[in-house]
Amino acid sequence: MFTPTQAEPVISLRNLRVCYGEREILHGISFDVLPGETLVILGGSGSGKSTLLRTLVGLEKPSAGEIVIKGQDLAKASAAELDEIRRKIGMSFQGGALFGSMTVGENVALPLREHTRLEESTIEIILRLKLEQVGLEGFEYYSPSQLSGGMKKRAAVARALAMDPEILFFDEPSAGLDPIIAAGIDELIVQLKRAFRMTIIVVTHELASAFLIADRMLLIDKGNLVALGTPEEMRSSTQPRVRQFLDRVAEPEISGEMDYLQMLTAERPNAQRTTGKRGQ
Amino acid sequence: MEIVAQLGSSTLTGLSYIGSLASLGARAAYDTLVAPFQRKPLRLQRAVSQAMEVGVRCLPILSLITFFIGLILALQAAYELRKFGAISAVATAVAVTMSRELGPLITAVVVIGRSGSAFAAEIGTMKVSEEIDALETMAISPIRFLVAPKFLAMMVMLPCLTIWANAMGIFGGALFGITQADFTFTRYIRASIDSLLLHDITTGLVKSVMFGITITAVGCLEGLSTGAGAEQVGRSTTRAVVMSIFLVVVVDLFFTALFFFAGNQ
Repeated sequence: MFTPTQAEPVISLRNLRVCYGEREILHGISFDVLPGETLVILGGSGSGKSTLLRTLVGLEKPSAGEIVIKGQDLAKASAAELDEIRRKIGMSFQGGALFGSMTVGENVALPLREHTRLEESTIEIILRLKLEQVGLEGFEYYSPSQLSGGMKKRAAVARALAMDPEILFFDEPSAGLDPIIAAGIDELIVQLKRAFRMTIIVVTHELASAFLIADRMLLIDKGNLVALGTPEEMRSSTQPRVRQFLDRVAEPEISGEMDYLQMLTAERPNAQRTTGKRGQ
Repeated sequence: MEIVAQLGSSTLTGLSYIGSLASLGARAAYDTLVAPFQRKPLRLQRAVSQAMEVGVRCLPILSLITFFIGLILALQAAYELRKFGAISAVATAVAVTMSRELGPLITAVVVIGRSGSAFAAEIGTMKVSEEIDALETMAISPIRFLVAPKFLAMMVMLPCLTIWANAMGIFGGALFGITQADFTFTRYIRASIDSLLLHDITTGLVKSVMFGITITAVGCLEGLSTGAGAEQVGRSTTRAVVMSIFLVVVVDLFFTALFFFAGNQ
């Protein structure tokens, strides 16, 4: 079992803010990810958890704050430095994001062919090894469209593993899968964690899978970090938002007559402004 | 006042669009011309397969279209020339019009329909299914991996296709010349070649290279700026075709004017 040590954090976020245009999605998030731990980022739809993950892998630029990955600040990194960091990470996308024009084998071999000068025969050995690790041995000549949803995710994991990353990111690993296949993916994540002592970061809203794989978990709600702790700490948490999420309680409906009335009559501030202008 | 403001803002949008096209083109040019010397090998194999798709597979339909265009040109020219008893000048009219203007332009339009739209659809689909994001997280530049080979393929293939289109147009004219204007095939071809200056062909080819750059830049930019959702791919594809045709005509006008005034001095 994982035990927190005094080791340097692999990833360290300080007051991270991210905006899409004028709308701020993440309102200042700080936490550390320790080497070898599996951190699960929980959150509802629209909570900002996907944005957080995209920012962690450098697909979104933070508008303020810092993300330090292996001693390198992502927010200030140049394109070349960013690429250097990205070679140390692997990302498994929600839909797999396999390249449809290539076979599964070519997909897995792509980062090796692009970034290394390995012999073609070595690359083939590595790619079979990676496919075997995710339970897809013998599928290298299939095209992604011939694979089922669960197999696509496994192939995506194999591709993320190709460069032997130090940090592995998963976006919604069990989304859109039936419970048995989803459990298989969870099992795969646990195996990777045991076998390679990799730092793994998983974004999900599946509670069962989160509690199965997490060493620590954090809950994001409306762009704020609400809670961070071990699965046991989360289970025994009394914080209302955590309880609501874990106990699967729906958002409370609008109560009180005045609130209801206001909801019906309220105009958005900018809508008011336009009507005002027209009136003049 | 509102009209002026709108005019201003659409001018700005237009300029920033041209700016994005230029920056995409410049990055692709860097990856094609400079990066290979910095131990970042160019994916020549991808460029060759693109060239196959853009160029070779385009030949049948392009041949047919430009053959007909040549024939139409001959018919239209003969309508006027007949009045002056100069029907034998048909060969000149077709050859010059094809190689100076219609060869490059028709080729560009056919390539927009086949490849410009395909670029936008391919890259747009990859954008929607997070494949572009996947490339970036693997530290593979989508520009180097996807866009640069397309630029290279287009810049090589479009002039080649244009030469082919010119020839097919002349053959189309020859069909009229032989059946209606007492030419033999060899005499018609000879008359065409005699009427052409090297200048006529090179200006057409310069234009076709510029068309190739324009079509690729628009197609790839529209693909890369596809929003979320499958219906956005359709929008990008449509926009790519419409914008490409418009910009190709603008580029055509610019270079034709340039050659006209430069040639006068």
